[in-house]
Amino acid sequence: MLNLVRGIWLVFLHLFHRPETIQYPEERPYMPPRFRGRIVLTRDPDGKERCVACYLCSVACPVDCIALQATQDEHGRRYPAFFRINFSRCIFCGFCEEACPTYAIQLTPDFEMCEYHRESMVYEKEDLLISGPGKHPDYNFYRVAGLAIGGKDKGEAEHEAPPVDLHGLMP
Amino acid sequence: MSMTVRTIVIVLIVLFGALFAAAGMIWVERRLLAVWQDRYGPNRVGPFGLAQVLADMVKIFSKEDWIPPFADKVVFVLAPAVILITVLMSFVVIPIGPYFRVADLNIGLLFFLAMSSMGVYSIVLAGWASNSKYSLLGGMRAAAQMLSYEVFLGLSLVGVAMIAGSFNLQEIVNAQRNLWFCIPQFMGLIIFYIASLAETRRTPFDMPEADSELVAGFHTEYSAIKFGAFFVGEYAGIVLNSAMITTFFFGGWLGPSWLPPLVWFLVKTALLVCTYVLIRAALPRLRYDQLMSFGWKVLLPLCLLNLIVTGGVLLAITGGG
Repeated sequence: MLNLVRGIWLVFLHLFHRPETIQYPEERPYMPPRFRGRIVLTRDPDGKERCVACYLCSVACPVDCIALQATQDEHGRRYPAFFRINFSRCIFCGFCEEACPTYAIQLTPDFEMCEYHRESMVYEKEDLLISGPGKHPDYNFYRVAGLAIGGKDKGEAEHEAPPVDLHGLMP
Repeated sequence: MSMTVRTIVIVLIVLFGALFAAAGMIWVERRLLAVWQDRYGPNRVGPFGLAQVLADMVKIFSKEDWIPPFADKVVFVLAPAVILITVLMSFVVIPIGPYFRVADLNIGLLFFLAMSSMGVYSIVLAGWASNSKYSLLGGMRAAAQMLSYEVFLGLSLVGVAMIAGSFNLQEIVNAQRNLWFCIPQFMGLIIFYIASLAETRRTPFDMPEADSELVAGFHTEYSAIKFGAFFVGEYAGIVLNSAMITTFFFGGWLGPSWLPPLVWFLVKTALLVCTYVLIRAALPRLRYDQLMSFGWKVLLPLCLLNLIVTGGVLLAITGGG
C-alpha cells in the first residue's frame, strides 16, 4: 500500500522535470556525424568525381536501390554515365558506403527528404554529386592507386615506382 | 417569474459548465499525463493546444456513425445516452455556491448515489447490445465492479451524513464551517475516493475498458458521436466525483473570503480532477480478482469500522441525546 503512495509521489515529482521532447521543426536534434541519412557522391580534393563505377555499391545494396552505368573517358578513366539511387527503396544500411573502394559514396546526417511524389524520390547523379570531399577530406584514390594516362602505364612516369605485383609472393 | 428565469439560467450554466468541463478534460488529461511523463502533450493546435478539444470534437462528429448489423439497435443507441443523462442529472444536486445550485433536494446524497447506480446500466447495456464477446466481457466486468464499489461509495458517505445530520448537500457543506470532513472522516474520504475511481472506471480499476485485454471493453463496437458520448460521460463522471468529494469532504464552496465561494469550489474540484489524472499516470491496472477481493476484504471492513467509530464518537459527544 505504501509502495503505491510512493509511486504516485514519484510520478508527481515529474511535474518539476524538464520534458525530454525535442520540438522538432523549431528545435533541431543533434545529429551525430556518422548518422546514416541521405546518400551523396563526393569529389576528390582536386574537385574531380571519386566514383570509378565499380558497381560494388550496387552489388552490396540489399534492396537493389542503386543503379549505374560505367563508361570511360579518353584516358581510360572509368566514371558512371548515370548514377541513380531510388530513395523510396533505400533502407539507409550504409553497406554501399562500406563497399566503396574510393570513399565516393557516403551517407550524411541529413534525413529530411520527404516528397509528395514517389518519382521525386529517385535521385540522379546531378542530385547526388556534391562539390566537396565529404568525410575523408584528404583522400585521393588515384594518388594512392596510381593512374595510367595516355601512352604511360602505372609507374612509368618520372619519380614513380612500379606498382606492387599483387600476385607475387615476395614482400 | 424572475425565479423561473433565474432557475433556467442556472440550469443552463450548470449543464454547459459540466459539458465544457468534460470536454476540457480531454485536454487536461492529455497535457497532465504528458507533464508527468516528461513530455509536452498536445501543444500545437491553438494556444497551449487548447483547440485540440475543438479538433477532437470536429473529428468525432464527422466520423461515420456505424451501428453493427448484429447489434440490438434500440439498446445500442440508448446506452450512451443513459450514461450522459445519469451523470448530468447528478450535477443537479451539487451546491456550487451558497445560493448557486439547480435543485435543493433534501435527499441530494441519495440522489447522487441513485444516479451513479443507474450509470451502471449504460455500461452493461452497451456491452450486451453490442453483441460481441469483448463488449460483453467488458460489460460484465463493469457490472460486477461498479455494483460492488457502489456499496463502499454509499457506506463511506454514511459517516458524512451522520455528522452533518442531513442528506441535503447544502447542509452538509454548511456543517463543515468549523472543520472540513476530510479530517474526522479521513477513512471515509479514502474509501470514497477509491470507490469513485472504480465508479468512473479510471486506471487502477479500468477493467471494463482494459485496452490491452478487451480491445476497448464495452465500447468496442461504438464509433463517432456515441463513442464520444461514452467519453464525455466518463470525463463528466470524473468532474462530478471530484465535485462530490469537494462537497462531502473539502467543505464545498467554503473557504477564506478573499475569493468568492464559486471560485473556491471550482479550484478544489480542479485540484481533485488533477489527482485523478495523477493516479492514472502512476498506477497500473489491477487484476480482476484482486479488484474484487480488495473491495470486499479490505474496503468493506474498513467502511464498517469507520461507521462504528464515527457512530461511537458521535454518541459519546452528543451523550446519546
